[in-house]
Amino acid sequence: MKIAVLVKQVPGSETALPILGNHNWIDEEQVSFVMNPPDNFAIEEALLIKERTGDGEVVIVSMGPARVQKVIREGLAKGADRGIHLEEDGQIQTDPLSIAKSISSILMDENFDLVLSGLQSDDTGMGQTGVLIGEMLGMSTGTLAMETDVQDNAIRVKRELESGWFQWVKLPLPASISIQSGLNTPRYPSLRGIMGAKKKEIKVIPPTDHQTDAISQSIDKVFVSQTSKQTEMIEGDADSTVARIIEILKSELKVL
Amino acid sequence: MDILVVLEDNRGSLHRMSKEAIAGAQKMGGSISALAIGVNADAMAGELSDVDITEVITINHDFVSSYNADGYSDVVSQVIKSESPKTIVAGHSYQTRDFMPRVSAKLDIPFIPDIISMDDGIVKQVLNAKLNALVTTSADQVILSFQSATFSEEAMVTGSCLTRSIEVNLDSSIVRSEAEEPFQEDAGDVDLESAELIVSIGRGIEKEENIQIAFDLAKALGAEVSASRPVVDSGWVEPFRQIGSSGQNVSPKLYFSLGISGAIQHVVGMKGSKNIIAINKDPDAPIFEIADYAVVGDVLEIVPKLIEALNN
Ligand SMILES: Cc1cc2nc3c(=O)[nH]c(=O)nc-3n(C[C@H](O)[C@H](O)[C@H](O)COP(=O)(O)OP(=O)(O)OC[C@H]3O[C@@H](n4cnc5c(N)ncnc54)[C@H](O)[C@@H]3O)c2cc1C
Ligand SMILES: Nc1ncnc2c1ncn2[C@@H]1O[C@H](COP(=O)(O)O)[C@@H](O)[C@H]1O
Repeated sequence: MKIAVLVKQVPGSETALPILGNHNWIDEEQVSFVMNPPDNFAIEEALLIKERTGDGEVVIVSMGPARVQKVIREGLAKGADRGIHLEEDGQIQTDPLSIAKSISSILMDENFDLVLSGLQSDDTGMGQTGVLIGEMLGMSTGTLAMETDVQDNAIRVKRELESGWFQWVKLPLPASISIQSGLNTPRYPSLRGIMGAKKKEIKVIPPTDHQTDAISQSIDKVFVSQTSKQTEMIEGDADSTVARIIEILKSELKVL
Repeated sequence: MDILVVLEDNRGSLHRMSKEAIAGAQKMGGSISALAIGVNADAMAGELSDVDITEVITINHDFVSSYNADGYSDVVSQVIKSESPKTIVAGHSYQTRDFMPRVSAKLDIPFIPDIISMDDGIVKQVLNAKLNALVTTSADQVILSFQSATFSEEAMVTGSCLTRSIEVNLDSSIVRSEAEEPFQEDAGDVDLESAELIVSIGRGIEKEENIQIAFDLAKALGAEVSASRPVVDSGWVEPFRQIGSSGQNVSPKLYFSLGISGAIQHVVGMKGSKNIIAINKDPDAPIFEIADYAVVGDVLEIVPKLIEALNN
């Protein structure tokens, strides 16, 4: 089983997000980056499938500036076999069709049996890149996987539906599947894994070798949203805060 | 045709988000057709008979009698090709997430998902809902999906609407996947939906050991405990306690949120709460936008003191 895992590096949930002077994105110089959380589950699932089926290869694929090699290495340290880095100059691409065309053009000749992606990226939140790539490569596609079960030339996927419903779907291979967080418990890299990762190959593909010409969609401005609701802000030391909460519970909400 | 609204069948009736998408299309203006697919196509068209749009196009075919991504992406692509709408809209439901990207890839039409406003251009949330983004496209045709409650179904303008049934040719090789019956998992023994008071835990609780604080607070208040998805994913509380798009919908008298950021997938499950108190150490946390009382501070410091005060 030859598996590609698409991994994106995104701003961490605790990082500051200062907006650039031209307002079209955040100042990445001041941001701390992490692996997109569902992608971490996708890597784990790929490693588990490789272990279960007994053979194969797990390849970490990421497109972005030089910094993304960090998340590729993280995948290699956990046990993936090699990495592919599609280099991007400057600001990250925000057009899913272009990203998918770039990545598909590189995955095309590799003939993967499975492409695993995260269901959604924490930064642009397009929720589609893995599915676009699956379609572009002529694969069957499945989204929001909560469990997988590899069979002969097929994979059964437990898909999450809305409001607590699920459904099993059987997809013929090759397939591109987006992974919902929580379907497994991602491992931490071992010290040996971290040392071993240094020797594993990361193939770097320069922008000219993958980037497509036409960009059909872009983010032109980012801004802080305005709230419409009347909210009482409660700040200050813990004791005065607790006193105010008690008063609210007692006098305003009357729940005590 | 200016706008094609792709409708969703929610076990025999029109999905709430499809009605919101119609309201959105009406607000955008122009001639509107809606597309109903499957065994319930006529029933869905019936629900829209007094709505002010041009027509409902119905398609029923053995390969798309019930939802499957292969068949739907093919049928919707065929209709877009033959009818040439400038804009294709749908609710940003799980089903849309599943098949709409494939339509986008097949036809090379950009898909801008999860839109929260069309007032001054196309706006979606980015960076975990902490910022909004204005998205533009240079393409002639575009696919848009609207986040839940971006438009209100009550805003649907009434009038009249025709029904037109069309035939499609589908090759049997198109449908490659085999779907089994949908099912629900163990509902648990906690009735969150009718709970009056709920204490809800997010990743801000930081460690499994700290979960007890939330249960202690709930006990002092006589409340039930719920959680955000990451807390459930970590195995710290049972799945049936999850609130949000993939969990439960609640509307208690008080929703007391501890260290939850306020991502939309969580908020859709609790925004109907009568009163919301949120504790979060980040003054810019999106949860504060919908909170009545926004407590800026450390859960691990405030909650133990609050429990002590309540128990006195
Ligand atoms: C298709 C889909 C479905 C989803 N379904 C759901 C769903 O049903 N339910 C759901 O909840 N999520 C769901 N999610 C995930 C959702 O997008 C968010 O990732 C999730 O809700 C975030 O949970 P959180 O707020 O607990 O964690 P985080 O986003 O990590 O937020 C933690 C918050 O705690 C604060 N904090 C940290 N430490 C402290 C402290 N000591 N004191 C006070 N505050 C602190 C931080 O400032 C931060 O705001 C879904 C996502 C997708 C894409
Ligand atoms: N630049 C990228 N490099 C590698 N994988 C990506 C990239 N962008 C998106 N993906 C993958 O596609 C998933 C969904 O992203 P998105 O469509 O942006 O929400 C992510 O979780 C990744 O698995």
